[in-house]
Amino acid sequence: MANSDTMAAPAALAAGPRGPKPKRRMTRGNIMVYGTLFIFALYYALPLYVMVVTSLKGMPEIRMGNIFAPPMEVTFEPWVKAWSQACTGINCDGLSRGFWNSVRILIPSLILSVAVASVNGYALSMWKFKGSEVFFGILMIGAFIPYQVMLYPIVILLREAGLYGSLTGLVLVHVAFGMPINTLLFRNYFASIPEELFKAARVDGAGFWAIFFKIMLPMSLPIFVVSLIIQVTGIWNDFLFGASFTGPDLYPMTVQLNNIVNSVQGVKEYNVNMAATLLTGLVPLTIYFVSGKLFVRGIAAGAVKG
Amino acid sequence: MTNSIEIKNLDLSFGAVKVLQDLNLNIGTGEFLVLLGSSGCGKSTLLNCIAGLLEVTDGQIFIKGKNVTWAEPSERGIGMVFQSYALYPQMTVKGNLSFGLKNARVPKAEIEKRVARAAEILQIEALLDRKPGALSGGQRQRVAIGRALVRDVDVFLFDEPLSNLDAKLRVDLRVELKRLHNQLQNTMVYVTHDQVEAMTLADRIAVMKGGKIMQLGTPDEIYNQPRNLYVADFIGSPSMNFLEGNLEGGAFMVDDMTLPMTGYDFAAPQTADRPAIIGIRPEHVVTGELVRNAPLQFEADVDLVEPMGSDTLVYAKLGQHSFRIRMDGQARVHAGEALAIGIDPARASLFDKATEDRL
Repeated sequence: MANSDTMAAPAALAAGPRGPKPKRRMTRGNIMVYGTLFIFALYYALPLYVMVVTSLKGMPEIRMGNIFAPPMEVTFEPWVKAWSQACTGINCDGLSRGFWNSVRILIPSLILSVAVASVNGYALSMWKFKGSEVFFGILMIGAFIPYQVMLYPIVILLREAGLYGSLTGLVLVHVAFGMPINTLLFRNYFASIPEELFKAARVDGAGFWAIFFKIMLPMSLPIFVVSLIIQVTGIWNDFLFGASFTGPDLYPMTVQLNNIVNSVQGVKEYNVNMAATLLTGLVPLTIYFVSGKLFVRGIAAGAVKG
Repeated sequence: MTNSIEIKNLDLSFGAVKVLQDLNLNIGTGEFLVLLGSSGCGKSTLLNCIAGLLEVTDGQIFIKGKNVTWAEPSERGIGMVFQSYALYPQMTVKGNLSFGLKNARVPKAEIEKRVARAAEILQIEALLDRKPGALSGGQRQRVAIGRALVRDVDVFLFDEPLSNLDAKLRVDLRVELKRLHNQLQNTMVYVTHDQVEAMTLADRIAVMKGGKIMQLGTPDEIYNQPRNLYVADFIGSPSMNFLEGNLEGGAFMVDDMTLPMTGYDFAAPQTADRPAIIGIRPEHVVTGELVRNAPLQFEADVDLVEPMGSDTLVYAKLGQHSFRIRMDGQARVHAGEALAIGIDPARASLFDKATEDRL
């Protein structure tokens, strides 16, 4: 409309108003949009707020019952207790034990699964062999089978391998279960890299590993970050495998958190529970904050082809 | 001239689809051969087979007398340039040029020397420390050519190297490529769908269709003596005029017109009369003063005129047939006029209607 008007009457346009189009901030539509966004943001942030303030209160203050009130007297006692003194079963050394267990589970699982999945994805997209599509299809089926179905077979498998109840066993389980989705991610990412680049490298005499390390790796930081985030959150937040395949001394942080929060002896120390929960969530949260930007870029890079 | 590349009975199938069928091709040392065809004709596939990037189903490939049918691309003594340039984005120009040499464990001093030489030939010395992202399209393609150059090989393979460039740059680089070939005297195999590139660059052109070579010959042969209807139609812009009729006793009959084919160089002595197609290039139709000297003279009705500056394209009616005529750029012709035209049968092409082969 506006276009045809300007075409028809350029003289009228020249005489008309100039400068940028004036903005109207407080339209009814804007109020609706921002209002709705604000309400939902509040709705989402409120539990977090309650957790933070509760974790900073002493028990007498909590007994007063107003969970929304900010702490009158800020204390870090609950955090210290959650970290180093809270009792889970027979151990009374707090979450620190679980934290270090989780770290010992996370690091090798992360490195192994990302390393194997990236090579998998690279091979499946660039070095297609006879039956590679079938192979990939079978791998993908793994992504759709509920974990519960496989719990018992894995217990037997680990027992027979002599790894039941050890961290090594749990790491292997995490690596295996991270394989389908991460392979898919890497395969799609590498498939979006122009094939001619791969051909040029082959003419230049680079082999399977040289192309992977010298050409493909430097180009794929975003997808590595995506994979890293998925794996860190997945493995850190895992409860089922940790509870199923390890013993009390080796429980990951999540299982220990559950044991602290659900302990039935004595008074319920809400402040300690809140602090413990926040401590447990800190690792994935940090990862999100540090790599959020790269995460979005990586997801987009995988989705848009060409 | 010895053969640089020999291709013997090459077959390539993807599942049930036969992409290349029983293909034979010999490419001489120092020859510039262009594989020309529309998309899907198998020209890039053939190039990838020569490069070793595709495994052949059957047949053999020799480069410099050595059977390389199962050799790795890097062992074949080839350099390759791609349409999308395919430069390694994280490496500098220098890194791109030396990557292949490093893989081949060439000594450092030798790498420096070869990179410097390639950079000098292609005039990219000033760009050596830049990343590909900071280069223009033409500069990128120069670097890509340089990457083939430093390998110090006898065979260069080009896969539509100019298709991603804008029109003006394409012409410039085309000239440069020809100059480069004159200077280096390497064997070059060049894939394109652009007939102008093919005509200007090639020593010989192989016109391909459906995985087969339709005609292999010099640009002159391809243009003047197309071996079949497909080649005749594919080469030339605007394309040839075709009239369907009958060949009777050495004359071509179409409707009520008779075109005695005096001076036409028949591929084989003509015995039987048969349905045939005559092909006449728009630029081989003469007008004006020249009509008087032409062996065959007709009158055509001008239908539409397209002035293109350098020449004028006239769409006319010859009997009931539409007919394109290419005239001088200064020609003043108007729709609705009658135009005297002259045709020389010696410059026409005759094809058998059934087999579509040249007569």
